[in-house]
Amino acid sequence: MTAGIGRRHGRGFAVAALLPVLAIFTLLRIYPIVETLRLSLFQWNIISRRKPFVGLDNFAELRTDPLFLDAIVNTTLIAFGVLLVTVPVALVLAAMIQARAGTRRAGFYEAAIFLPHIVSLVPAAMAWKWVFDAKLGPLNAALGLVGIPAQPWLFDPVLSLLCLVVLCSWQAVGYAVLVFLVGLKNIPASMYEAARLDGASAVQLFRHVAVPLLRPVILFVSVVTLISAYNVYAQAFVLASDAQGAPGHLVRVLVLDMLENSFRNYRVGYAAAEAVVLLGIVLVLTGVQFRLLRARA
Amino acid sequence: MRPSAKRARALNWAGDAALVVVSLGMLLPLVFLVSNAFKTPAELLRWPPSVMPDAPTLDNIAGVLTGTPLVRWIGNSLLFAVLSSCSIVVTSTVAGYVLGKFHLPGLGLVFAVILATAVVPFEVYMIPLYLNVQAAGLLDSTGGLLAGYLVMSFGIFLVRQYVVSSIPDELLEAARLDGAGEWWIFLRIVVPLMRGPLGALAVIAFFQAWTAFAWPLVVMTGKDHYTLEVGLALFQTGFTVDVGRLSAAAAVALVPSALFFSLMRRNFVSGIAGSGGRE
Repeated sequence: MTAGIGRRHGRGFAVAALLPVLAIFTLLRIYPIVETLRLSLFQWNIISRRKPFVGLDNFAELRTDPLFLDAIVNTTLIAFGVLLVTVPVALVLAAMIQARAGTRRAGFYEAAIFLPHIVSLVPAAMAWKWVFDAKLGPLNAALGLVGIPAQPWLFDPVLSLLCLVVLCSWQAVGYAVLVFLVGLKNIPASMYEAARLDGASAVQLFRHVAVPLLRPVILFVSVVTLISAYNVYAQAFVLASDAQGAPGHLVRVLVLDMLENSFRNYRVGYAAAEAVVLLGIVLVLTGVQFRLLRARA
Repeated sequence: MRPSAKRARALNWAGDAALVVVSLGMLLPLVFLVSNAFKTPAELLRWPPSVMPDAPTLDNIAGVLTGTPLVRWIGNSLLFAVLSSCSIVVTSTVAGYVLGKFHLPGLGLVFAVILATAVVPFEVYMIPLYLNVQAAGLLDSTGGLLAGYLVMSFGIFLVRQYVVSSIPDELLEAARLDGAGEWWIFLRIVVPLMRGPLGALAVIAFFQAWTAFAWPLVVMTGKDHYTLEVGLALFQTGFTVDVGRLSAAAAVALVPSALFFSLMRRNFVSGIAGSGGRE
């Protein structure tokens, strides 16, 4: 017998309890999502009563908008840069920590590597901004010790992209290590034993046992890392803002471009089209993840 | 000792050395930040920069505590994060329990829709949400700020999965046979059994609100209403020259999250690990 099915009072409770939550959810989540999709087909300046339907014109304009193209290229470079740094580094770190599981130093490594993930974005970005500072920053000081001339880290378009990748990876790696550690713990000890009896070294165990078995987890972490990096905003706002208080002009990212179009240029429909592009990217990434997971299963 | 054992030990030591270097490297930017907060203006201009302050001063910290609304911003952020966390825990528990244990027509569809919205980033639907909040006259108020953070798709998912896997139907049925009402069962049996996952969810929700940036940036316009993140970010665009005060403000901003993290570390880690375990 299954609980609750078809029982009158149970049904009343379910409806009474669920309805208010669903109402909030619809108003604050579903309606705005649908409205984003709808607005992307209109031209609207936030104030005017006139809101003409323009079909896919907003999207067509995006394809030739240099600021948007700049934003999407930058954001993509950051996202894949963060992925390429975070996942391999986190895998190796997780395997090394796992080999020391249960010791007190393993706890320290784990906490130290995880801490940047929970530190608020803005203070963290401010810390890095000083590290990268061209005149007084420790990074240039350290490079000077090995004879490399000082670099204008945050004043060069390419270098500041690199700085953003470093900052975002620094924040992402702790999460990835944590998830990989859970994955590694779930690998049955017998798998290792069998390989060890065949004379495999620690490095071989990692390459030929742990990594293949972790593939679904690696895929999950990769997609989460990519998606969150596509939403990068606060980091660019802080790192790439100059003394005149004009944030993020050196490294234009997708969210920044979108907010500027919406709240500075009052082009709500156009900004909504950008939001739809962002959604499209996220959906494609999620789709790829599901596909690969299913292909494996 | 056999050579291979010797080699393994050497490798082990090298591994620990590498991990120590990485761990300290991860902490270094934060160490610099805190250290800068205690440096005098003269020392901050020194080249090469020092790791620890020579003559620690409290001037920077005193300056930001009295000269900026920093404490106010911390209060705003705390209030926002606590209210958001409470709301998310309550709504997720109710919805997750109903979706997990009741079999009414349409519930499957409701759950599918909620799950589908989980992948939509906040930034995607932020603008219409802003227009909603504006229409309700809630811009620049705590209510407007909360509008973005009252529910969490992932929270509902988390509770539902837990309810399905860990709360036996027999338990609920036995209580019903004893004549217990549905609300009583929910509040006295189900909720106490979910203390672990709800704690983790509360922590995740708290940090989500605590580190929110884009939404508070557009919704809150009064300087005294800023959350900590927004206040700091705008403060640093105006004061880029005064590294001492900037670092002091950022260092003070780290205190609540560091405290909260050390208190809730176990909950947090299990929550994140749980979210990572889903595939």
